[in-house]
Amino acid sequence: MSFHPQMEYAPAHFHRSERKLADEGPPFTYTPENQAKFDDNVTRYPADQRKSAILFALYLAQGQQGYITGNAMAFVAGQIGCSRADVEDVVSYYTMFYTKPVGKRVLNVCRTLSCALLGAERVTEALSAKLGIKPGQTTPDGEFTLIEVECLGACDRAPVVMVNDDWHERLAPEQAGQFIDDLKARGSAAFTGCHLKVEK
Amino acid sequence: MAFEPVLTSFVREPNAHTLDFYLQRARGYEGLRKALTLQPNDLIEMVKASGLRGRGGAGFPTGLKWQFVDKKAEPRYIACNADESEPGTFKDHVLMERNPHLLIEGCVISCYAIGAKVAYIYIRGEFFHVQQILEAEIEKAYKAGFLGKNILGSGFDCDVYVHRGAGAYEAGEETALIESLEGKRAQPRIKPPFPAVAGLYQKPTAVNNVETLCNVPPIVLNGAEWFAGLGPEKNGGPKLYCISGHVKRPGVYEASMHTTLRELIYGEPFAQGMAGGKKFKAIIPGGSSVPLLLDEHLDAPASFDGVQKAGSLLGSAGLIVLDETVCMVWLAMNLLHFYRHESCGKCTPCREGGNWLYQLLQRMEAGEGRMKDIDLLFGVANNIVGKTLCAFGDAAATPVLTTLKLFRHEFEAHVKEGRCTLPSEWRSKHPVLAH
Repeated sequence: MSFHPQMEYAPAHFHRSERKLADEGPPFTYTPENQAKFDDNVTRYPADQRKSAILFALYLAQGQQGYITGNAMAFVAGQIGCSRADVEDVVSYYTMFYTKPVGKRVLNVCRTLSCALLGAERVTEALSAKLGIKPGQTTPDGEFTLIEVECLGACDRAPVVMVNDDWHERLAPEQAGQFIDDLKARGSAAFTGCHLKVEK
Repeated sequence: MAFEPVLTSFVREPNAHTLDFYLQRARGYEGLRKALTLQPNDLIEMVKASGLRGRGGAGFPTGLKWQFVDKKAEPRYIACNADESEPGTFKDHVLMERNPHLLIEGCVISCYAIGAKVAYIYIRGEFFHVQQILEAEIEKAYKAGFLGKNILGSGFDCDVYVHRGAGAYEAGEETALIESLEGKRAQPRIKPPFPAVAGLYQKPTAVNNVETLCNVPPIVLNGAEWFAGLGPEKNGGPKLYCISGHVKRPGVYEASMHTTLRELIYGEPFAQGMAGGKKFKAIIPGGSSVPLLLDEHLDAPASFDGVQKAGSLLGSAGLIVLDETVCMVWLAMNLLHFYRHESCGKCTPCREGGNWLYQLLQRMEAGEGRMKDIDLLFGVANNIVGKTLCAFGDAAATPVLTTLKLFRHEFEAHVKEGRCTLPSEWRSKHPVLAH
């Protein structure tokens, strides 16, 4: 549940009358591959508990479209066999679902204590200055979104940045600008990756 | 006698996560082979006798938890809590990434013990790289016959599935985890009924932490007495400590619970002391939800009972070490930002109180606090404690109560001087980021 006032991707404050979680967006259906993945995943749960697959279904939708639209939620509701409100309920709760377009690379900077002790605030500051956006915003060219997140669970390699599903650890504030250049030039080769690769 | 690592002996070796390595080097699946020759009840008795306590935070005896599982209702489930989100904790991360078969084996043995046929590993959404490793190794275990139908010819069937969460600290609370597994918001349920009676899909369920389940195969293999003998009374077995913060060598270290907090911070095999020649100020010994300890408490053994005696809790054994540059008002503010953001919103004291606390701390850190705010902080925090469905409320109030108790003078100095009295260089100078 997000009460974060600056997290524009998941607005938490609205009056019921203006309640609108996400744009309807274009019509949505899964690609055949995603449909097959969903049909397989749902067999992991008892036949009368299809709702358990809802997070997986939403990840598929988000992976396919970049973010979750109203039509995607309606589609997922149809797949699961629940109401659209049930899906919205879930989408609005979990922070990893985006209801607005995000950049190609989402920079999730850990801001919680262990990372903050080693300069996470300054990492965000440096990334923010480099990209010219505030946390919660996306660069105009749609390349980067900067988000501050809570503890990522790799506190021994602080400060940690998660870029989409890839991790970059021990990112010193001084290297943060260079890291963006690296990402642009070398793509995923710029990551230190997680644990094993970082450790000497 | 020197302590030999049990769970993490091979984690630094390449390919330690593969099935071949596990079978050849780590006596892989021997525990399962032995367990399947025993009666489920004997297994539960064995785990009870070993004194294994839940490694997730509460330290509840695992054998007892399994015993409480209602054996009359069908089906039953194991839910493995891999939603490791407690600030300062990263042990399950390492275990799943580098020793996934130990967890898989633990899941199957636990399923056999309580008569479940399915185990769900609820992993936090951010650990996608870990999930990929885990799922690939589960696939291999299926092919090798350690999972699926008729495991090792015993007639016992068991499936292990990974379920990906989507970013919710609260999903680490056992009933909230079950709600999330059912495809709802991760919000806790009213207890009782406990999950052992009505858990996942209202069926009997045992919710166990990753590290807890990883301890099961060694217990089966080496016996309950061996396990209990590894640590002090009622604190048996190996324990993973996650050390982070201002130390020279942060990381996950395995030790017996005889080890003191001081050894963990300064010891050569562990964190090797404070980084940058700075002085020690305080330590959070069990993840962000527990009270601070000072230098005078460091000689307490880092066991569930030892840390509790010293005035804090071992929790998830996430040791966050703080040096003299840490402003305690800032620390409370940082943690309350976390708790405010992660509160599931179900109980009003936690949802609203957390936000109030954060706003008060923010005002104080910005130098605009008033003397009466200190009492107000105390009052709000005390009105959260014990007034929520799960332990989250208490956890959210703890950073405020503990800093007020031990470092009240810093709060007063903030008010008197109208500014933060300890603006460290590793913090942002821009107030825009201090939200």
